[in-house]
Amino acid sequence: MASKQRKASTKPRAPRVSVIGLLGVAAALVLPAVANAYYVDVVTSAGLYALLALGLNVVVGFTGVLHLGFAAFFAIGAYTYALLNIHLGWPFWLGLIPAATVAGLCGVVLGAPAIRVRGDYLAIVTLGFGEIVRIAFTNLEHWTGGPNGLLGIAHPVLWLPGRGAYDFGVDSTPYYYLVLLTMWLTTVVCLRMSRSRVGRAWAAVREDELAAACSGIDVVRLKLLAQGCGAAIAGIAGAMFAAKQGTITPDSFDFVLSVMVLAMVVLGGLGSVSGAVVGALVLGTLPELLRGFEQFRMLLLGLVMIVIMRVRPQGLMGSVQIRRELIARHGT
Amino acid sequence: MTAGQLFLQQLTNGITIGAIYALIALGYTMVYGVIHLINFAHGEVFMVGAYLALTVCWVLGVGPATGVAGLLVALVVGGVIAMVGCGALGFGIERLAYRPLRQAPRLCALITAIGMSFFLQNAVMLIYGATDRRFPSLIPSARWHVAGTTITGIQLVIWIASGVLMLGLQALVMSTKLGRAMRATAQDPKACWLLGIPVDTVIAVTFVIGSSLAAVGGLLFGIYYNTINFHDGYLTGIKAFTAAVLGGIGNIPGAMVGGLVLGILEGLGAGYLSAQWKNVFAFVILVGLLLFKPTGLLGERVAERA
Repeated sequence: MASKQRKASTKPRAPRVSVIGLLGVAAALVLPAVANAYYVDVVTSAGLYALLALGLNVVVGFTGVLHLGFAAFFAIGAYTYALLNIHLGWPFWLGLIPAATVAGLCGVVLGAPAIRVRGDYLAIVTLGFGEIVRIAFTNLEHWTGGPNGLLGIAHPVLWLPGRGAYDFGVDSTPYYYLVLLTMWLTTVVCLRMSRSRVGRAWAAVREDELAAACSGIDVVRLKLLAQGCGAAIAGIAGAMFAAKQGTITPDSFDFVLSVMVLAMVVLGGLGSVSGAVVGALVLGTLPELLRGFEQFRMLLLGLVMIVIMRVRPQGLMGSVQIRRELIARHGT
Repeated sequence: MTAGQLFLQQLTNGITIGAIYALIALGYTMVYGVIHLINFAHGEVFMVGAYLALTVCWVLGVGPATGVAGLLVALVVGGVIAMVGCGALGFGIERLAYRPLRQAPRLCALITAIGMSFFLQNAVMLIYGATDRRFPSLIPSARWHVAGTTITGIQLVIWIASGVLMLGLQALVMSTKLGRAMRATAQDPKACWLLGIPVDTVIAVTFVIGSSLAAVGGLLFGIYYNTINFHDGYLTGIKAFTAAVLGGIGNIPGAMVGGLVLGILEGLGAGYLSAQWKNVFAFVILVGLLLFKPTGLLGERVAERA
């Protein structure tokens, strides 16, 4: 009897273009023209969350490392750009590079000592690191402005032909498009990575570290690579956040944020790139759009995580592969 | 205050808070010992215990005019209600959230635990409000001056209560049939199941006991600090978990020792170094432990995994 399973194709397939997808893209592009500024702002924030979720998905979803301190990299990116801008006058576009690099390096540096720590303890170590970074930013008043944070961070300025310098200012619309563009680029990069040799090696590490190591995969290097990539994405999001807000305080980068991003990845589906975006858009916009729901936000987060793990561990967009990895293993 | 007196005072304070950490740490360590799960929600159970005791005080109308007898009644009734309530909560959490995922990979159970922690935290916030709540002092104020330090009646009560509970737990675990079943399940759950030990029941009982102890911790915490907040569970929970790892996860005497050591370190640290960085000590100790000495001071006792 012929096997009904096809071998997974290793050639990159052409992306399937669906009508719904095209409509979604069209809607996204014209949103600022039809919706009022508040909603544009909400979606922009959700977009930033989506960037964070994409980054966390690389760490948790691709390699299976549960990271509870991801907000730290968001903070590092934000503070890096902010400090370079305030003290050295670096413009946003230039500041993006060190923000991503420093955050990525921190991801590797913070991940390195923890590489050999076993699963559940590793989660706590990341939590600890996240809190230490946040408290350090709060207490090192001389460098980071302490609990009051940093003020007067410059907004991005784009030189447009025929119009000269266009300062983004406080209008949500330019940030919306910036975030949208970055989201799209990041999604493409993540998808490419997941379907490459590196991505397959990551999947092997996630499924069974010992077997992966025995197959010749350098587990340590791959885990650190994932941490670095994920952290760099968070750093970029952080710089954008700082540029948009103009002010940053350490309170914005707490454990609650780390868990919120985790909940978004879980909802969308661990390991699923589109899932990270969907999860972020759902959890990022829902409480804002449904008035009176704001105080239920954490309740909702908790409930989402509990219910998803119980009912649909692979999340909304997760693959069957992920489900098989996450459901009960019998006779292990 | 002389240097020696400062040291002794901070030591006294440290032992007091350490006793509370120890009570909570016992819950973490016992649960990890039997099912290899870091019960993130345990800190929230402690916090719920404090709020339940506070509610009892409200219902009984405890106020500035309440006499000594009334205060002690509130203390006992509050303690009992908190223990029962949290025991039920712990039982419910285990039954609804953790048991179905017992065979699933650790990642799933951890995510569920975090979700449960957030759910409880926010539920309490919605019910009781986000501001600090004043917790009445249920112990008549009394002070003794010993060797230059001040020991209050509250501290004495905390020491005695936690000491009695810890000795009781040790007796339970070492001398009773249930205790033997708990130790056996912590060693090898599959073998227990084969031998006819009701593993599910033992695990449920473990959760109930751990939660009750945490509830008492919550009551004592409220009496000691006189304010409670829905966020207390998170921070104190992390510190108690640090204490559990410090003593050796799964090791019951270890949790007691770990709690006391952590409390003393924190007390001395707050006294001699900056109080601002106090919480960072706990996190730094935690991270350092997990990276360099995860087996803790007294060694861990966890089930062998095939």
